[in-house]
Amino acid sequence: MTTIYAIVAAGMFGCGLYMVLSRNLVRMILGLSLLTTAVNLVLFQTGRMRSGQPPLIAEGATTLGNSADPVPQALILTAIVIGFALTVVMAALALRAYRDHATLRSDEIHSALDLGDSAAERNDR
Amino acid sequence: MTVDVIVAGRALWPVAIPLAGAALSMLVRRRQLLQRTVMEAAVVLMFFSAVSLLASLDPGQPAIMKFGGWGAPFGVTFVADQLSAALCTVAGMVALAVAVFARADIRARRRRAGFDPLFLAMLAAVNGAFLTGDIFNLYVWFELMLVTAIGLMTLDRRRAQIDGALRYAAMSMLGATFILIGIALLYGEAGTLDMADLSRTLAGHPPSVALSASAYLLLAGFALKAGLFPLFFWLPASYHTAPISVTAALAGLLTKVAFYACLRVFVVIFDLTGLPVVAGLPRLLALIAGATMLVSVIAAIAQADVRRLLAYHVMGQVAYLMMGLAIATIYGVAASIFYTMHTMLVQAGLFLCAGAMARANRGYNLAAAGGLMRDQPFFTALFAILALSISGVPPLSGFWAKFLVIDAALRGEGPWDAWLAVIALVTGILTLYSMSIVWTRGFWRTPDDERRSTRRIPGAMLLAIALLAASTIGIGLAVEPMARFSRESANQLQARAVTPIVEGVTR
Repeated sequence: MTTIYAIVAAGMFGCGLYMVLSRNLVRMILGLSLLTTAVNLVLFQTGRMRSGQPPLIAEGATTLGNSADPVPQALILTAIVIGFALTVVMAALALRAYRDHATLRSDEIHSALDLGDSAAERNDR
Repeated sequence: MTVDVIVAGRALWPVAIPLAGAALSMLVRRRQLLQRTVMEAAVVLMFFSAVSLLASLDPGQPAIMKFGGWGAPFGVTFVADQLSAALCTVAGMVALAVAVFARADIRARRRRAGFDPLFLAMLAAVNGAFLTGDIFNLYVWFELMLVTAIGLMTLDRRRAQIDGALRYAAMSMLGATFILIGIALLYGEAGTLDMADLSRTLAGHPPSVALSASAYLLLAGFALKAGLFPLFFWLPASYHTAPISVTAALAGLLTKVAFYACLRVFVVIFDLTGLPVVAGLPRLLALIAGATMLVSVIAAIAQADVRRLLAYHVMGQVAYLMMGLAIATIYGVAASIFYTMHTMLVQAGLFLCAGAMARANRGYNLAAAGGLMRDQPFFTALFAILALSISGVPPLSGFWAKFLVIDAALRGEGPWDAWLAVIALVTGILTLYSMSIVWTRGFWRTPDDERRSTRRIPGAMLLAIALLAASTIGIGLAVEPMARFSRESANQLQARAVTPIVEGVTR
């Protein structure tokens, strides 16, 4: 089970990295969000796989017995929220870039590189 | 009673004050004067809370704040040792200077776009990263820093800013992914997230693939955020697009926080200066530091825009910090700590100078600049101090910082340390050359049109720059206590790698 899980995570990383390398901004953003999801899988796996063992202290006991590790689940929740927020910010930036530059191809968006580059600014005029 | 609460939570105030200020300034965003006052008051309070935190620390004993009463390894803790408190103080000084400069630079439109709350939230994230004792919490502060920095960078919503922010955000998100996988692997191996506890668990741990992978992934993530070779290209492509006050804050704070994270993770968790958990790291760090120094300074010489030129120097200066860590001795770490305090102040000061130059010359292009020495002697003197400091001319702080790093390299045991010292000296000379280009073009020569005089520089800008210039002179003159302090902080950092803090000593 763990091995299958690891292979799935690795596959998602591969797909995510491939998409991040794309010239299309939307694909790049989807790739980044795929990467954050893949990280969540890895985080989940670090708590070791156990089934049907909620991390609740049994009645009368004072310590947590044999159960799933609750920490990775808390980490994943945090990471999901952060990843989601950053994806939204990226999407907003991409939308704005599309409106400003009328393209989604990242190699055609180079206004930041042109700013302060005297040769490029001359060509602009 | 109230005093007790304030003292007990002293490790929290440098984060809580700017966060509360951010919320408050968001609430009063329709009244700009009030909003600005809230921001400035929060920055001043934050600075004083950091100073008092630093002053209240007993030698060798960090101040600990446990959230919800859960100590490590179960809860998240804030641990303020000397290094954290000192860096919070320096960050507070940079923030003060930027807040003063912003009076002249950040106009109504930018304040409406949310400069004040974003700036305060960024400061909270910076201090949070300095103070936290939990590695996952560190990652969360990094993400808050990223989001606020994107907001600050795009205040004017110019095309170039959107493009720059997009590059910055994409690369930083990738870096954050690396950091998070590194943390996940570390947790899987050690079962804890508290940095002191991690160090205890991993001491004497047999080498494993997971630990090596985790160390290299964390290094990749932090190196990306610090702008180190070969993952630096987002930095000179984005920093110069932001409003100049923001660029100064980013340059003075963010890359240094990334380096601080490296210091904390590699010295405390992976015990780089003692018995390294992962072999081969110093060699890689040395390679990264050397390559970054040379690439950045050579690229800086080729720039015609002051902001771009300085952005390359941001990378070059972080490389010096990394060099101290690469030496992997207590001297190297102490030198890095001294260098960090110096470079935060000087880097921010130089970007503020660039803003003042642009105000006087109506633009950042060096080819169209000139006449500042004739018209603005006071500003010229301030710039000269900062430029000489970054190039390493005595008696300014930059000289001592470079001296300590190179001294540590010559005392180092690694076969590459002597080469690092040579590269650092060459980079220092080239930095001086690059600064002399700014000097001759912007200040020394008379403009092509002789009758054209420069515009007046507002007093707020001069005051902000003077504050930072005075601090670099101050560190340069008080080098003895500062160097001793860096040495003690380095010892304390290393000691935490050996004997983690005992539960419940302070609270």
